[in-house]
Amino acid sequence: MLSKVAERVYWTARYLERIESTARLISIYDKLLFDLPRSVHLSWYNLITINSLDKDFSERYEVRDERNVVKFLIGDESNGSSIVSSLKAVRENVRTTRDVIPADVWYMINELSMYTQENLMQGINRSKRYDFLNEIIHGCQKILGTLYSDMPRDAAWEFLRLGRNLERADMTTRNIDAAVSAILETEKLGEAVNSHQIIWLNLLCSLNADHSYRRTMHESVKGQAVVEYLLMNKAFPKSVGYCLSSMANAGRRLPNASEVRDEILAIKLEYIIDYTAEDLGVALRNYLNELQIRIIGMHQKISATWFTA
Amino acid sequence: MQEEWKNYDPGKFYDELISRPGNARKPAKKLFSYLKSLSAEDLAGRRQAAEATIKAMGVTFTVYTDEGNIDRSWPFDIIPRVIAKKQWDTTAEGLKQRLQALNLFIDDLYHDQKIIKDGIIPEFVLKQSVNYRKECEGISPAFGVWAHICGTDLVRDSDGEFYVLEDNLRVPSGVSYMLENRSIMKRVLPEVFETVDIAPIADYPARLFDMLCSLSPRKGEKPVIAVLTPGIYNSAYFEHAFLAQQMGAELVEGSDLVVNSDNCVYMKTISGLERVDVIYRRIDDMFIDPDVFHKDSVLGVRGLMRAWRAGKVALANAPGAGVADDKVIYAFVPQVIKYYLDQDPILPNVETFLCYDDKQREYVLANLDKLVVKPANESGGYGMIVGPHSTKKEREQFAELIKANPRNYIAQPTLDLSTAPTIVGKHSPEPRHLDLRPFILQGKDTYVTTGGLTRVAMRKGSLVVNSSQGGGSKDTWIVDTDGESK
Repeated sequence: MLSKVAERVYWTARYLERIESTARLISIYDKLLFDLPRSVHLSWYNLITINSLDKDFSERYEVRDERNVVKFLIGDESNGSSIVSSLKAVRENVRTTRDVIPADVWYMINELSMYTQENLMQGINRSKRYDFLNEIIHGCQKILGTLYSDMPRDAAWEFLRLGRNLERADMTTRNIDAAVSAILETEKLGEAVNSHQIIWLNLLCSLNADHSYRRTMHESVKGQAVVEYLLMNKAFPKSVGYCLSSMANAGRRLPNASEVRDEILAIKLEYIIDYTAEDLGVALRNYLNELQIRIIGMHQKISATWFTA
Repeated sequence: MQEEWKNYDPGKFYDELISRPGNARKPAKKLFSYLKSLSAEDLAGRRQAAEATIKAMGVTFTVYTDEGNIDRSWPFDIIPRVIAKKQWDTTAEGLKQRLQALNLFIDDLYHDQKIIKDGIIPEFVLKQSVNYRKECEGISPAFGVWAHICGTDLVRDSDGEFYVLEDNLRVPSGVSYMLENRSIMKRVLPEVFETVDIAPIADYPARLFDMLCSLSPRKGEKPVIAVLTPGIYNSAYFEHAFLAQQMGAELVEGSDLVVNSDNCVYMKTISGLERVDVIYRRIDDMFIDPDVFHKDSVLGVRGLMRAWRAGKVALANAPGAGVADDKVIYAFVPQVIKYYLDQDPILPNVETFLCYDDKQREYVLANLDKLVVKPANESGGYGMIVGPHSTKKEREQFAELIKANPRNYIAQPTLDLSTAPTIVGKHSPEPRHLDLRPFILQGKDTYVTTGGLTRVAMRKGSLVVNSSQGGGSKDTWIVDTDGESK
């Protein structure tokens, strides 16, 4: 398999994952804001911070309000991670790897791109936003489902897995980080007790983890349990631990993978296996930050191993 | 739509479907009665369906504009163009004959140049040919074939006969659109495929693949085939990706390949370097190897010519093959066929005046308002003048160009290109001019596509069919009417 094709397939998976998680994040955030007490001024701008887009945002907008934040995350082409830009990147990557991607996926990506372009305003205005985002999430799931059903389990498949799981691991840490920072914010206001549970539940929802959490953990939504579930659970496919294991498995079927696999296993050992979420404040944020840096480093290792032959 | 079809009148032109108002030609009869059965709304609905299908299938071509490169949806007209199988079979023989002769000719030019020594073609024509590559002299590609893939433009004049307008032997494009047009057609007008006996066209990618495999320098092993593209900004990128996918070949850019000291070409893969045997290159000669041609080309591969000369990789088309699609050479093709094959050409050329010849140039300059004048080595319909559609000022400017560089210009009478009913805007079908580009393959064997890509000039009266200049396209049906009662 051509190195360049491997790289494009990997990025296709990353961008697809990014589109879905961005759409989910925005559609869940609406609900969170409705549920929190009015004295808690949790801002839409948190969504920018979660995704480390502060600098890019400030270059485009002055006012940090809902409309600008949503516009920036959904429809802004100057934001490389916006839904529109990510879709464009997916389309470009698939267009250049049509030889390894099922033809149906190419058609679905065209359809999703057309839908998004034609209905962009629905996403930005609040009244139909939920339907719009839902349509995008379903579009992504249709594509993933087709890949899962029709892709030969060859090298291209393993690069899809690598890309998807790396992006997921990264997104999960960012989502947890956002929840922790929201908690810290409410604590300042003395609204802590009422709000904590809402925030932790919201975190589970935005990762589509609420049902499985309850069934697996057999307890109510509590900070420590939620964080441990999202970091360590072996069965939940968006937990960081699960993503790392999947990546290690994908690596097993690829040539020259030993360095990448060693790094994946090292991260798992250092950050996941022996972790207990005792401190849910600043210490957790620092831990998540380090973990994110290691994940970025892993991307560089993947790139150096397979993409720059 | 009964009434609208009665009013359809192509006038003095040969129409591909309609012989006289209200009457279809024999191979188009079934299609015609089907089209008549559709209401205007029905037809409009099918047309919209076609547009939506093209978007979903992502069939695009890239246009270069001042604001950058734009991907446009492929323009397609849902009324097909129909040709009788009998006539097509003869035409296909003519195309094979032509390409075989052209390949013998190119091989001769890079070896003994007998045709020049024997006085058939003047030496200066070759000396001044911008597509003659000295670097290719003495090379003997497999089967003596240089132009493996040829797209020949055919037009039908008012007499209903096919004429060859030009041969494209460098990197002809369009075949993917021919294939996609058929897929679109099947989705949009499925009923008609049940009643009309339309010859399938889908085997082209397999034939192309087999032809490319036959060129492999490594015998006994499954060859590795790559399609070399200049990248996503090229106007034909869609086609490069499409063909690679259809053949199961690797789609590569120059940066994916290296030539090592063993003169072999390798591609960069996730497990290291892997040898490539055959490259279907969609990059012009001058850009394929910065060591030999344009030094600043970033599209090509350093050392590719060295690998090719050493016989370690096959290139299709071979470098230097474009020497035969010089339009001055075109004028000599009937003699070329006679010279190498000792046969009369099956397909006629369009009458051509060579401006380097004093007498012919005099005639051309005196009749610019009636003629089409083309530069010898342009493609895509650029740099030409259509006399009857030009202004006096344009003709004066062109006359200067011709006088300054007579070798570079040829002229042809303005043909009455055939028409076919085409849906334009919201109106009833109107006649529009069209041409036909079949694709011919030559490796060990020779193959011609069943029909080809029909291109339509969408503007009324226009003869310019190039998609970069507002042209559209149609599905092309070869229909067998033998055994049917009249």
